[in-house]
Amino acid sequence: MAQNGASGETLTEREPGAAESATSASFWTYTAGLGFALLLTAASFIVAQTNLLWAPGVPAGLAVLAVAQMGVHLVFFLHIGTDSEGTNNVLALAFGILIVALVVAGSLWIMNHLNANMLTPAQMMEMQH
Amino acid sequence: MLARSAAGPAPVRIVVGYGFWIFLLSDIILFSALFATYAVLHGQTAGGPSGQELFGLRHAGIETLCLLFSSYTCGLAVLAVERRRVSAFYLCFALTFLLGATFLSLELSEFAGLVARGAGPSRSAFLSAFFSLVGLHGAHVTVGLVWSIFLVAQTAYRGPLDYVRRRLLCFSLFWHALDIIWVALLTLVYLMGAR
Repeated sequence: MAQNGASGETLTEREPGAAESATSASFWTYTAGLGFALLLTAASFIVAQTNLLWAPGVPAGLAVLAVAQMGVHLVFFLHIGTDSEGTNNVLALAFGILIVALVVAGSLWIMNHLNANMLTPAQMMEMQH
Repeated sequence: MLARSAAGPAPVRIVVGYGFWIFLLSDIILFSALFATYAVLHGQTAGGPSGQELFGLRHAGIETLCLLFSSYTCGLAVLAVERRRVSAFYLCFALTFLLGATFLSLELSEFAGLVARGAGPSRSAFLSAFFSLVGLHGAHVTVGLVWSIFLVAQTAYRGPLDYVRRRLLCFSLFWHALDIIWVALLTLVYLMGAR
């Protein structure tokens, strides 16, 4: 916080000496992220290729593993929500997730019901008489 | 302790990262439309081959590992350049590029194989959706590879200045976001489709 004190600093380049602070991440953050991601990827492949899970539950299991891995990537690679200045990033992410959920779930919901509500060609012929 | 709004404007790095994050989220929303299209159309094979016949999990697994390790070395490259360890940066960034290029060549060979089998994008609605979704991801990877060449040139000629490192930060955000999209793609298209 010291470097943006009350000096009325604008969005200009800093002196090289007072360089912007490095990220809070470290080598171990990335390595831990890689480890978790590898574990989750391996779990996904095992779930998809074996009968470990009850067969109708496999898509749900894969979805859970994928969401978990995306969370690992967000936290360990993109550092969302881990630094003190990150509140805006988390809010933007929440809005993005809302829109993505609306687009994907809404499309699937509408298209699945559309087939049921469409007239069959036979019914359309009947209406023309 | 001052309230955050009273502490003055945030550092440029934070502002740039935030703006680029907004762009990435809009890009993810673009992908979500294609994901929805694929999810709706994946059964519409028009009598042609289905995902079960076309997709091999071994191929997808190697692509996944390439992209994951590429993401990892990209993170290490940004870390190295923040600490002014330029040679470590070049090494990690070269690995990032090579792994990304390997991923892309594997994907292109898969596409070529599909087209050669008569399973091109014009065969069925399922394959149109498949090629749009996976092809858009591949196009992003291509753009990222070209971008990374420019970034290496800038780092070499200008040195690791603040603005060069901010561009590297944006590139790493882009590259990590592509890996997140690939996780969704692998799960929906390959792992669920190959069953």
